[in-house]
Amino acid sequence: MNDVNLKDFAFTGIERGEIADLRTLDASDKHRILHAGVDVDSDAASAVFMHMDQSTVHCKSHDPGLELLDFNVAMKRYDNLPEYAWKLIDRDKDEFTKNVAENTHGGYFIRTKPGVQIEKPVQSCLFLKADNAGQNVHNIVIVEEGSELHIMTGCSTAHGSTHAAHLGITEFYVKKGGKLTFTMVHNWGENATVRPRSVGVVEEGGVFQSNYVLMNAVGTLQMYPAINLNGRGAIARFNSIIVTPKGSHVDTGSRVIMNAPDTRCEIIARTITTGGTNIARGHIAGHAVPCRGHLECKGLILGGGQMLAIPELDATVEGVDLSHEAAVGKIAQDEIEYLMARGMDEAEATSTIVRGFLNVDIMGLDGPLAKAIQEQVEQIDANAM
Amino acid sequence: MLKIEDLRVSIGDREVLRGIDLHIKEGETFILFGPNGSGKTSLLMTLMGFSGYTVTGGKITFRGQDITRMPMYERARLGIGMSFQRPPTIHGLKTRHLVQMCARGREINPETLAARVNFVDFLERDINAGFSGGEIKRSELLQLMAQKPSFVLFDEPESGVDLENMQLIGKVVRRLLDGEVDLPPGACAKPLKCKLRTSGLIITHTGYILDYINADRGQVLFEGHLCCEARPRDILEHIRSFGYQECIKCLNEPSGLQPLDLTRTAP
Repeated sequence: MNDVNLKDFAFTGIERGEIADLRTLDASDKHRILHAGVDVDSDAASAVFMHMDQSTVHCKSHDPGLELLDFNVAMKRYDNLPEYAWKLIDRDKDEFTKNVAENTHGGYFIRTKPGVQIEKPVQSCLFLKADNAGQNVHNIVIVEEGSELHIMTGCSTAHGSTHAAHLGITEFYVKKGGKLTFTMVHNWGENATVRPRSVGVVEEGGVFQSNYVLMNAVGTLQMYPAINLNGRGAIARFNSIIVTPKGSHVDTGSRVIMNAPDTRCEIIARTITTGGTNIARGHIAGHAVPCRGHLECKGLILGGGQMLAIPELDATVEGVDLSHEAAVGKIAQDEIEYLMARGMDEAEATSTIVRGFLNVDIMGLDGPLAKAIQEQVEQIDANAM
Repeated sequence: MLKIEDLRVSIGDREVLRGIDLHIKEGETFILFGPNGSGKTSLLMTLMGFSGYTVTGGKITFRGQDITRMPMYERARLGIGMSFQRPPTIHGLKTRHLVQMCARGREINPETLAARVNFVDFLERDINAGFSGGEIKRSELLQLMAQKPSFVLFDEPESGVDLENMQLIGKVVRRLLDGEVDLPPGACAKPLKCKLRTSGLIITHTGYILDYINADRGQVLFEGHLCCEARPRDILEHIRSFGYQECIKCLNEPSGLQPLDLTRTAP
C-alpha cells in the first residue's frame, strides 16, 4: 500500500489542448472539481489556472496586480527563475522530486505586485483525467512585500476510481509584510497516489495561512509541508481537516520552523478515520526567542481504522514557548442525546457534532466550497453508521 | 397532557423510581420537591427518554400517545422540551446554530430571542464552552424559546444561579410557561393565553423558583416514591420548617399518600 512504483504510471504522452472556457468542461468533471472547491461557473476569481493530466489547459489572470504563468513558460521567460526554482526543495530529495525535476509537465507561477492586495482568490485546479496518468507539477508562489493573496487550489481525479499519480512541488515565498492564504482541497479516489512536496519561507512580519481539506478516499497520500519563519514577527497557521475512509492511507503533517524572534505559529488538525489509516504528524521547531508555537491534533475513530498521532516539538534555545495537545476519542453519547432532546434524530445529531469537531468554520470559507464540505460531512456519517 | 402510571425505572441494577403515578393536565405547572438522590432527575431523564434509564414497569402517555419506549427525538418533536442542569459542551457548534436547529425549520430570529435572556454576545460562542451556571440556564431557555415545546421539563432552574440572574431566569421561565404568543392586532389576549399555556414539570431542591412562577400543584419525591401532594407553597413552607424527614413518616403511614398536616406549626 505504501510502496509506490512510479513505473506503474505513464509520465509522458498524455497531453491536453487549451480549454479557453472552463465552463465547457463536461458536467461530471465540473462536479468532481466542485468537490475540490473549484467552481468554474463563478467569476469570483482574480485568476484561473487549470492543469489537466500533463498539460496546463487554462492560465489567465484578470487582475493587473497579479502575474500568473505556466511554470515552464515562467522558467523560459525568467532564465530558470534562479532565485525561486528548486531553492527550498532539493531536487534529489526523493524519487518523487527527482521525477518532477526530470520532466516537469507544468504547474503555476504566481506573483503579486508589491503592496497590492488581491481581493478575489486565485482559483487553481490540478486534474487527473486519464487512467494510469502520472502528473508532475511544480508551483511557485511569490507574495511580494506588503501584498496579500488568497489561492484556492483544488486537486481531483475525474472519477473516484481513476488510477493515477500526482507529484507536486510547491515553493512559497512570502516577503516582508506579505500575507498568503493557501486553501487546498483534495478530492482524489481510492486508486490515487499523491506525493506533494511543499516548502515555504516567510520574511519579516509576513503571514502564511494554510487551510487543507481532505474528505474523500485516497489510495496513498504522503506530505509534510514545511514553513520557515525567517523574519522577525512572521506568523504561520495550518488548519487541516482530514477524513480517511476504508482503504485510504494518509500520512500527513505540518511543520513550522521558527528561525527569528517574535515569530508565532499554530498547527491545528482535526482528523476522522472511518476505516482507513491516518498518520497525523506535526512538528514545531523554535530556534530563536521569543517565539511561540502550539500544535493541536484531535482525532475521532468512527467505525474502525487506525490513527497515529505524532506531535513533535524541537527547541534549541532557552525561552521558547512551545506546546502540543493530541487526543483520539469518540463522539460522546451525552452530546448526541443533548441534540436529540432538541428534536434531531441520531444521524442529524452525529453530523452536527462531527461538523463542529472538524471545525470547518475556522477556515471562514463560504459559497459552493462550504456547501460541498457540508455535503461531505453528511456523507461521512452515512458511511460510518 | 402527561400521564404517568405505576412507572418503575432502574439504572443498572438499582431501582430509582418505584411506582410513580402522576397526571399533569394541559396548561398546568407541576412542582416536584425532593432531597438529593430522591429520583427527581431520574424521572425527568426517563420522561425525556435518555439511555441508561430502563423502564421496568408502567407507562408514560403524552397527549394520548404511549411514549414509554419512544426515541428521544420523537418525544421532542411531539412537544416535550427539557432544560438541562449540566449540558455537555459541543466544540465547534455555535450557540446560534443550535438555536436555529431547535426551531426545526420554523422561522425565528436568534438575536431577538437571545436579547430576551441577555445572551446576544454568546451566539457566536461554542455551546456551553466555559458557560457559568447562570449562562447555562440562559442558554437552555434560549433553546427552549426556539424549540417552543408544549410541555417543559426543568431540572433545578435555580441551581448555580446568582440572585441577579435568578430574577431574569424566573421571569423567562414564567413567560415560557405562560405561553408566548404574538397576538394579532385587536385580539383579546386572555382566552388565547389560557389556551396556549405551556405545561411544565419543574424539579426544585430549594423552591426559590416559586418566587417567580405560579405553580398549580406540587408533590414530594422521596426514595423513588411520590408523596405529600399539596399546594406548592405549603409544601415548601413545610419542608423549610421540618425538613424532608417528615416525608419518611408520611410514607410509613398505611395509606402511603397522605395530605400534609398543615395544622402543625414549626417548633
